Amino acid sequence: MHRVKQLYEWLDNRTGVRDHIREVLFENVPGGSRWRYVWGSTLTFALMIQFITGIFLWMGYAPSGQTAWESVYYINYQMTGGHFLRGLHHWTAQVMTVLLVFHLMQVIIDGAYKAPREVNFWFGVILLKLTLALSLTGYLLPWDQKGFWATKVATDIMGGTPIIGEQLKLLVLGGADYGHHTLTRFFALHAGILPVSVIALTVGHIYLFRRHGITPKKPLKGSDEFFWPEQVLKDAVACLAVLVTVLVLHFSFDGAHLDAPADPSTNYPARPDWYFLFLFQFLKYFPGHWEVLGAIVLPSIAMTLIFLMPIIGRSEKGHKFNLGLLFGILVFAGILTYVAVNQDRNNPTYLASKAQAQREAKIIKEMAANGIPPEGALALLQGPKLFAQHCASCHTYGGENGLGNKVTDQSAPDLKGFASRKYLTELLHPKRFNSPEFFGNTAHAKKSKMQGFLEDEFDGIDDDEALRNEMNQIIKALSAEAKLPSQTKMDLNDKADIQAGYELFEEIGCVDCHALGDWNADEYSAPDLTGYGSRGWLMGIVDNPAHERFYGSKNDRMPAFGKDEKLTRKQMEQIVDWLRGQ
Amino acid sequence: MSTEDNFSDQESQPEQPDRRGFIRGASCFIGAAVGAVPMTAGIRVLIDPIVRKNSESEKAEFIRLAELTELQDGEPMKFAIVENKSDKWSRYTDVPVGAVYLLKRDEKVIAYNTVCPHLGCFVDYRKSENDFFCPCHDSQFNLDGKLTKGVSPRPMDELVVEIRNGVEVWVKFERFKSNTKEKIVI
Repeated sequence: MHRVKQLYEWLDNRTGVRDHIREVLFENVPGGSRWRYVWGSTLTFALMIQFITGIFLWMGYAPSGQTAWESVYYINYQMTGGHFLRGLHHWTAQVMTVLLVFHLMQVIIDGAYKAPREVNFWFGVILLKLTLALSLTGYLLPWDQKGFWATKVATDIMGGTPIIGEQLKLLVLGGADYGHHTLTRFFALHAGILPVSVIALTVGHIYLFRRHGITPKKPLKGSDEFFWPEQVLKDAVACLAVLVTVLVLHFSFDGAHLDAPADPSTNYPARPDWYFLFLFQFLKYFPGHWEVLGAIVLPSIAMTLIFLMPIIGRSEKGHKFNLGLLFGILVFAGILTYVAVNQDRNNPTYLASKAQAQREAKIIKEMAANGIPPEGALALLQGPKLFAQHCASCHTYGGENGLGNKVTDQSAPDLKGFASRKYLTELLHPKRFNSPEFFGNTAHAKKSKMQGFLEDEFDGIDDDEALRNEMNQIIKALSAEAKLPSQTKMDLNDKADIQAGYELFEEIGCVDCHALGDWNADEYSAPDLTGYGSRGWLMGIVDNPAHERFYGSKNDRMPAFGKDEKLTRKQMEQIVDWLRGQ
Repeated sequence: MSTEDNFSDQESQPEQPDRRGFIRGASCFIGAAVGAVPMTAGIRVLIDPIVRKNSESEKAEFIRLAELTELQDGEPMKFAIVENKSDKWSRYTDVPVGAVYLLKRDEKVIAYNTVCPHLGCFVDYRKSENDFFCPCHDSQFNLDGKLTKGVSPRPMDELVVEIRNGVEVWVKFERFKSNTKEKIVI
């Protein structure tokens, strides 16, 4: 203890730190400490959380069209503690908005904005706007559907500003379209310009607050106290309550949401974050070119009136006007928010798009776990999207259309896990081959010799271990043809079984119809199984299933996507790679 | 502004010392606790590279680099190692991840990692001197990989070579810890 004191003395001697600490701690609180004075401290605390968590998030974030979503995904789902860190940042931002409103209410109700505190009030209003700007810019950074579409609306509104709108929009977006520079600019704003401005103004705000002191709520509750320790404790408890609220929100909502990557080709119901919903709703009442009135003119008038509050509030009447204005705005915003939420809740189109977006988000996150190609995560989603659009009218993917929607009228085989060992174990079961999940609803169900063959050779496979083993070896051999990335290790380890499988393929007579190794059109009547399920094989069958190598004249309804130019080669590759789990 | 000379005394308000002590302690404790939460959350993510267990540390595999006929006797030639690579969220196919020198001598092939064992610079082959030269701290190695001059703690890192089917040169590409006397695979 003695040493600590010595060190403190040494430091004070060199810096004069003691006076500063005293000045802070022994600030006079007229009438004693009160709970209503805590809001400024809670905001400072929330700001501190945002700075700390923000800097750590920064270490993992990469702003660009192909890396923003991807890096946020990686922070959120792969990094130790990333989910919590991002949740903390996200939910503190939400809570901060509420705290700003409380702080503003307290300042106006207590008359703390009046002379001589006008300048400090203006600092506060600018800080409020800066914080909202931080929310707006932060919303875009994950570059997911939600942020992308909401920001698009916000920047389009900005583009509607009279005279300078178009130039302003170009400046903010970094070009005519949304892309790399939109992200770098928003990030520079969010992590550079805005935080530095907030720090500068907060320092000024606190300095001016100290200069004029607390505006005591009359009548005074008791005798004067120092800031330390009574008010400090109240402030600390309030900060604790803020933190607990943030934690409760984080755990109830399972962290911060991340939608599917920004995709200009997919419909998405754009909505701003909840605290801007009232402005969003407000715009619904301004048709066409009147939009500028609701988006810019009226909000500017309201903002100007708030700015002028210290002048207006010089008289008692003015103060009452200010109170009325504040509560008017709050009630108005509250009602509009309620209407907006209520309209969405009863809008089936909105709910359906929202649910679809959530399904897509889930799918893309599962796919991203295996690594994302350099083109970005959006490219990963093209496979299931194209499947849903072009294949899912007959085929299914795990009973769904590839994008998570259940399919009930399936008429061609399910393709989830195609050519994998698990898939073939199901397909080549005498009782399943002709089930609706595979060939049951196709023309092959009636005419194919395959069902008869399976019944002859593998009847009772479930109870006969020797039969099961034989089938397993054939399956391993066939599945190895696919060279699936998920089975590389297994294929390497089971070389003996695979070899045995090849031999059985010949022995039991598969080879009477199917080729495995040396296909020619004259000898084989059924699809060639050389390279079955491989990228090349799948590309071939998608290109033209009626080719002699596949179904030939027996092809049942499947279009020749490549040959008839229904899909580009790139699109076919995207579907095939997705099916193969690549 | 009124200040007191001593933190602990505030004579104007006679209070039980217990209560004041409690308030002071509670203020400090809560203040520290609420500050620690975001800090801890951040540091947990920061140390992710240390605590992360590599799910499967990738074993080096042999890569086919050249045919014997492409190599000139007694003169090292540089070959890029092109592999699939994953980097955080990204996975890349066929990107350069390093390079090796192949040196043919009497039908035998020696492979060196081009990375200097000292501090990881890219070692050049100097045709005029017929040696390997590190441009960073001037280590010189002869074609046997031995240090002839300079500060490197060990000779150039030799890699395992296999000649398959009589002509194909396959190399097991490995990386080694820098600046240690022993060759330690990383």
